[in-house]
Amino acid sequence: MSIQANKFIDITDLVCPITFVKTKITLEEMEDGEILEVRLNGGEPVENVPRSLKEEGNKVLELTRNEDGTYTLFVEKGDLP
Amino acid sequence: MSLSNEQLERYSRHIILKQVGGKGQEKILSGKVLVIGTGGLGAPAAMYLAAAGVGTIGLVDFDVVDLSNLQRQIIHQSQDVGKAKVDSGRETIAAMNPDVKVYTYNELVTAANIKDIIRDQEYDFILDGTDNFPAKFLINDACVMLRKPFSHAGIIRFQGQTMTYVPDAGPCYRCVFREPPPKDAVPTCRQAGVLGVMGGILGTLQATEALKYILGVGELLTGYLLTYDALSMTFRKVKLPRSGDCAVCGEHPSITQLFDYEKPTCEFGK
Repeated sequence: MSIQANKFIDITDLVCPITFVKTKITLEEMEDGEILEVRLNGGEPVENVPRSLKEEGNKVLELTRNEDGTYTLFVEKGDLP
Repeated sequence: MSLSNEQLERYSRHIILKQVGGKGQEKILSGKVLVIGTGGLGAPAAMYLAAAGVGTIGLVDFDVVDLSNLQRQIIHQSQDVGKAKVDSGRETIAAMNPDVKVYTYNELVTAANIKDIIRDQEYDFILDGTDNFPAKFLINDACVMLRKPFSHAGIIRFQGQTMTYVPDAGPCYRCVFREPPPKDAVPTCRQAGVLGVMGGILGTLQATEALKYILGVGELLTGYLLTYDALSMTFRKVKLPRSGDCAVCGEHPSITQLFDYEKPTCEFGK
């Protein structure tokens, strides 16, 4: 069963650290417990973005590799300031 | 307010910080800081505040750029010699960051104008970057009366000091120092010299306090004097009490109207 996200963003056109910045800004506008779906590239983005999100108290629910080489990340908003 | 893609990139290293984020950066962009004196302290302070995206910066200075200023007043360049310091400062900030709106006050702060200058843009935080005791006491008294937080700093030779005043949160400058020292008891930078970087160290500490105040994070230097000795490379943080009988912020203040102390003669001697 797939996760139902409240919002979706595509950050495959961005480079680090703007990938995380854009994700963080989007989460700031959401409520605690809401879920954001993020489409991101492999390499640096997939190594850094989920880790940085966890460090700020969010919960990474799922990370899967897509057939086109991109990744899909589901993150639940946690304890952001 | 919502941040543009260009702003997300410009301020990305701020936004990444847990204590800042997009909301914090928006607070910085809405922040209003008045920098009094665009010299050794004010120059680096104003530049870092501008780079940080403080949306409204006021610059106060009566002087013109002199060749002997350039060893430390890094907001001014060689080609600015002879130009009003506030104009030179505004040009530098404009080139640094288009998000910043600069208001200039090409005058000496006095008892007659300081309240109007502070009220002009309803500044949130005042930064004292002046080089003489009359101005420092005047800024203190005006900030106490208008209930505005401010950062004090002073530098001379290889030494510097700074403290932060927030209404009701700690001592004011007059609680600690009471009165200007007798004339000629303490030399000015002009007479004593100052290592150029001292303004950078202390001025950026002042800018740090302004940003923390705007963001509402961390602990300010209220109730403390931080001293720095560059020769021994020592920082000391000295706890300071509030003075109940302070002439301006005490329970029964004797100073209820602003006044000017006489300026040291060398202020106008050049």
